[in-house]
Amino acid sequence: MSEFVSQFGPLWGTLAVIGQILAFMIVLLISLAFLLLMDRKVWAAVQMRKGPNVVGAFGLLQSFADFFKFVFKEIVVPAGADRSLYLLAPLITLILAFITWAVVPVAPGWVIADLNVGILYLFAMSSLGVYGIIIGGWASNSKYPFLGALRSAAQMVSYEVSIGFIIVTVLLFAGSMRLSDIVDIQAGGFWNWNLLAFHAFPLPMFLVMVPMAVMFFISALAETNRPPFDLPEAESELVAGYQVEYSSTPYLLFMVGEYLNIVLMCAMTTILFFGGWHAPFPDGFVNDWPYLASHAWHFFWFAAKVVFFFFMFAMVKALVPRYRYDQLMRLGWKIFLPTSLVAVALVGAAVVYGPQG
Amino acid sequence: MLASLAFWAFSGVAILSALMVVIARNPVRSVLFLILAFISAAGLFVLLGAEFLAMLLIVVYVGAVAVLFLFVVMMLDVDFAELKQGFLSYLPLGGLIAIVLAIELAMIGMSWQSAPQAEALRAAAMPEGMTNVEALGTVIYDQYVYFFQIAGLVLLVAMIGAIVLTLRHKEGVKRQSVTAQVGRDRKTAVEMLDIKPGQGIGE
Repeated sequence: MSEFVSQFGPLWGTLAVIGQILAFMIVLLISLAFLLLMDRKVWAAVQMRKGPNVVGAFGLLQSFADFFKFVFKEIVVPAGADRSLYLLAPLITLILAFITWAVVPVAPGWVIADLNVGILYLFAMSSLGVYGIIIGGWASNSKYPFLGALRSAAQMVSYEVSIGFIIVTVLLFAGSMRLSDIVDIQAGGFWNWNLLAFHAFPLPMFLVMVPMAVMFFISALAETNRPPFDLPEAESELVAGYQVEYSSTPYLLFMVGEYLNIVLMCAMTTILFFGGWHAPFPDGFVNDWPYLASHAWHFFWFAAKVVFFFFMFAMVKALVPRYRYDQLMRLGWKIFLPTSLVAVALVGAAVVYGPQG
Repeated sequence: MLASLAFWAFSGVAILSALMVVIARNPVRSVLFLILAFISAAGLFVLLGAEFLAMLLIVVYVGAVAVLFLFVVMMLDVDFAELKQGFLSYLPLGGLIAIVLAIELAMIGMSWQSAPQAEALRAAAMPEGMTNVEALGTVIYDQYVYFFQIAGLVLLVAMIGAIVLTLRHKEGVKRQSVTAQVGRDRKTAVEMLDIKPGQGIGE
């Protein structure tokens, strides 16, 4: 980002950075519109329905129609609500969801800010996401939203712990917190992805990393309040949880923020365990290609993996029944936390005493 | 120029929000202002070049500790009018303590002298050829590893103590045994009875 400023001077450099950010956001939002449609189509297919198919060909424009429907409705603020906090909560959710994307590298060099503590930034910002939900639930001044907010606070804090340890295992392999470094050590074929971790050959680290990848995926489901862990908004118990009182644009902001977080978790799974922008086979030959072609190649693999994990998220929602709250807590604290701690110790030992150490 | 502007913005927001923590009427708002103060402090850390500490501040304090604060404060049923009543009666004592504290701080500030070696001993936030994380890692896990481990042990003892003090085993509480539930099969779960008409199960 700062290279723009040094290249074009303070004024045009800043404008270039803002343009880059805007382009990224627009691409993100438009892809989100179609991912939402995909989500609904997948559930529909699992339940042998057709899903949205009226607006546009195959329902392709359904998300845009929904957008206009939300935007043109009246914003209703409940009489007993804390007005400013009530309206602040969806904004917090949306803004945090957007700024987290700043460090996600989608292709070599295609990232808004390549921080040297990038993964920690991602972790910090996604841990802030809980505030939108808590504040929204509390400011609504209503029973069901409040119960949803309390559930979500406990749930997200619990699963953050295990997500943190799982991230540490990946960090130990990469030796860096920069996301592009983490992607770089996974170059050269699917066996080098952190999932299988053959870059630590001859140590069989896939025995540790495959469970870690699965646990990361499950924790990501819990962290984004997706089924089977959607207890903060469980419709059979809490109507819609923290969102009960929300309507029109504030609800839209909540929903867009939530889906941005889901896609972000898909992107994190891709970057941490599935090679990021690298193809599943040695793809060093694309370095000789022209700039745009090689970057389009890398971007294609990144996007394909993210869409695959989004498909997995949708399938989990369609197939798995909701957990009970005590089962959720048991899974997070009694199973994931000890397992990931042991994995950190194992990976640390492998890095220090292994062939590379 | 930009850095000093950011410094004034972050420190101003930090001080203002710290003030608001004390004077806000609603305790939930107080906690939210506390969070704002934490985030501004994290911004100041970034300006110092200590981005690792900044991120840790957000992860630990904002992401976990303040969530628990908020959790507790939201569940309290506080009567705000009653809270405000005591304010005036405590004002003279509180004001006295504040004045004494301010005088003490001013005395320290005026008589402060840093040791001549201090400038040389100070560790740089960004040493040459190292990232922030590596620099902190070498200090904590190489030079002072035993002290760090002892501090960890002290925390562990405190944690175990807290658990031991508060743990109560209630009698007669039904607990879920997952292995027992999963281990149920046809033999243990179903009993076949041959019931004569008009007699019921008996017993």
